[in-house]
Amino acid sequence: MKANKNSEYVVGNRGKRRMSKDDRIYYTVIHIILAILLLTIIYPLIYIVSSSFSSPTAVSAGRVILWPVDLSLEGYQAVFENKDVLSGYGNTILYTALGTTINVCFTMIAAYPLASRKLVGKKLFMFLFTFTMIFNGGMIPTYILIRDLHMIDTIWALVIPGAISVYNLMIARTFVQSSIPQELYEAAELDGCSDARYFFSMVLPLSKAIIAVLVLFYAIGHWNAYFNAFLYLNDRAKFPLQLILREILIANSINNAQIVDPEIAAAKQGMAELLKYSLILVSTVPVMCLYPFVQKYFVKGVMIGSVKG
Amino acid sequence: MKHNTANVAVPRKKGRVLKRIFSCWQLYLFLLIPLVYLFIFCYGPMTGLQIAFKKFRAADGIWGSPWVGFDQFTKFFQSYMFARVLRNTIIVSLYSLIAGFPMPIILALILNSLRSDRYRKVAQTITYLPYFISTVVLVGILTQMLNPRVGLVANLYRIFADSEMPNVMASPGAFPHLYVWSGVWQSMGYNSIIYIAALANTDPELHEAAEVDGASRFQRVIHIDLPTILPTASILLIMNCGNIMNVGFEKAFLMQNNVNMETSEVISTYVYKVGLGNTVTDFSYATAIGLFNSIINLIMIIVVNTITKRLNGNSLF
Repeated sequence: MKANKNSEYVVGNRGKRRMSKDDRIYYTVIHIILAILLLTIIYPLIYIVSSSFSSPTAVSAGRVILWPVDLSLEGYQAVFENKDVLSGYGNTILYTALGTTINVCFTMIAAYPLASRKLVGKKLFMFLFTFTMIFNGGMIPTYILIRDLHMIDTIWALVIPGAISVYNLMIARTFVQSSIPQELYEAAELDGCSDARYFFSMVLPLSKAIIAVLVLFYAIGHWNAYFNAFLYLNDRAKFPLQLILREILIANSINNAQIVDPEIAAAKQGMAELLKYSLILVSTVPVMCLYPFVQKYFVKGVMIGSVKG
Repeated sequence: MKHNTANVAVPRKKGRVLKRIFSCWQLYLFLLIPLVYLFIFCYGPMTGLQIAFKKFRAADGIWGSPWVGFDQFTKFFQSYMFARVLRNTIIVSLYSLIAGFPMPIILALILNSLRSDRYRKVAQTITYLPYFISTVVLVGILTQMLNPRVGLVANLYRIFADSEMPNVMASPGAFPHLYVWSGVWQSMGYNSIIYIAALANTDPELHEAAEVDGASRFQRVIHIDLPTILPTASILLIMNCGNIMNVGFEKAFLMQNNVNMETSEVISTYVYKVGLGNTVTDFSYATAIGLFNSIINLIMIIVVNTITKRLNGNSLF
């Protein structure tokens, strides 16, 4: 690995020393393309952040171009005064925590037997799982099932139906199969270790990396999900953040009664726009904050997933 | 490995199989909960698919409703919505494939030829960022940016064109472009990860040798880097082709409004409207439309999987 890096470095250096005209053109072109790409990705994000910190009048007058204009926190004040947003935030945290716990437990207890060499009928079980990836009952039969199970308007409708993502199960299974040596199992078995004990005292501690990947994938999924809540929840008090966001950002219906301050009510129009920018930020920041810490695992997860499961 | 003899199981007696099953009973215990889940929540709804061939009556339930054969399907094929939703679904997904497939490859090739590690890392992190934005927020951002009164684009439009901007979000012609390019914006970085990893495994000696022979950096990209990721790319391309009729509900539904329905109504959103969204709902009809879509998807995936298997012995299942 080190040798590789060194030789790359040498190549790079040599390239630098006698860079031909062609190479110069090439590097100029790719730098321009990359700069354009990065700008198109980052500019809308910067614009949202800047807008959210500007004053309502500056936002509605369109004076924000790059940096915040008339720095103010009014948008955030409005966000945190909005009862729907607060309850949505609380609900989302609850659904994410409970849902992710269920997801990870279910996925690991399914991944371990499916990775074992001893399991008789593994092919059949694998088929049963993978088949659901390419064919399913669809929206209406699933809805009828959830209704018949009396799960409408309960938290269970959000955390149980998607308890195992087969894609994540395959990632976990591949990991357990390929990174925990078979010799370890044989040694443990010789010492009289049962399968269950092997799982809890060997497989789980050795699978920290994959559990981190699973937590990341599942938690982001729950945080960002709106579809199940949209179908199965009727009670506003139970709405997750994304449903509230949908109402405010897209359906464009802010409950104005909740903006009580008369001063703010006067600047209602600008405020409504400002609120949206602040809301986008408030809802997305938790996931973004998490990201740098888990980037390593995230890339790893994608890589394991790309290996045939 | 001539005849792959290693994989051919030696025939065993029934008793030994039972013994082997019994020897790992704890593993089955582990599998029990996931299997119960699987049968209730994944295979359960599949039994509900029968209402596509029935006239569903709430009082009789799924099993008690009377059979009507293929009536629901015939009704769908004859309805004026059939051509529209089918066309919209195919346009959106084909366009997504054509626009969305090459971009991550180009990005990966560019990132890989950067000479500064630091710049590459920063660039990579920036390109991943949008992937973490939820669909609701993504569509919210689009709506905000394109708002003809106060949006970013409207402001720029006013500066350069000196006139009011049309409402793009409510224009049927713009829907496919907005849908596809916002998708590219969001997932280009994420999709490039796999190519970047493949490129990192390139043998550096190839590059050295090519350089000694006087190849320019661009020639090395074309003749070394591109062939390195070609196998990965071809598998991904074929796999994506299997999803050609599979346009997700979430984003299309959020981007819909009364004005752009002509191009934004895809099969999945139509299923929702027929089955749950409208005031008068028809479970059987909606299920039939959904089933029609699922079966086409299934066929596509099986065909594509067979092709991949033939080509390189690799398959999904």
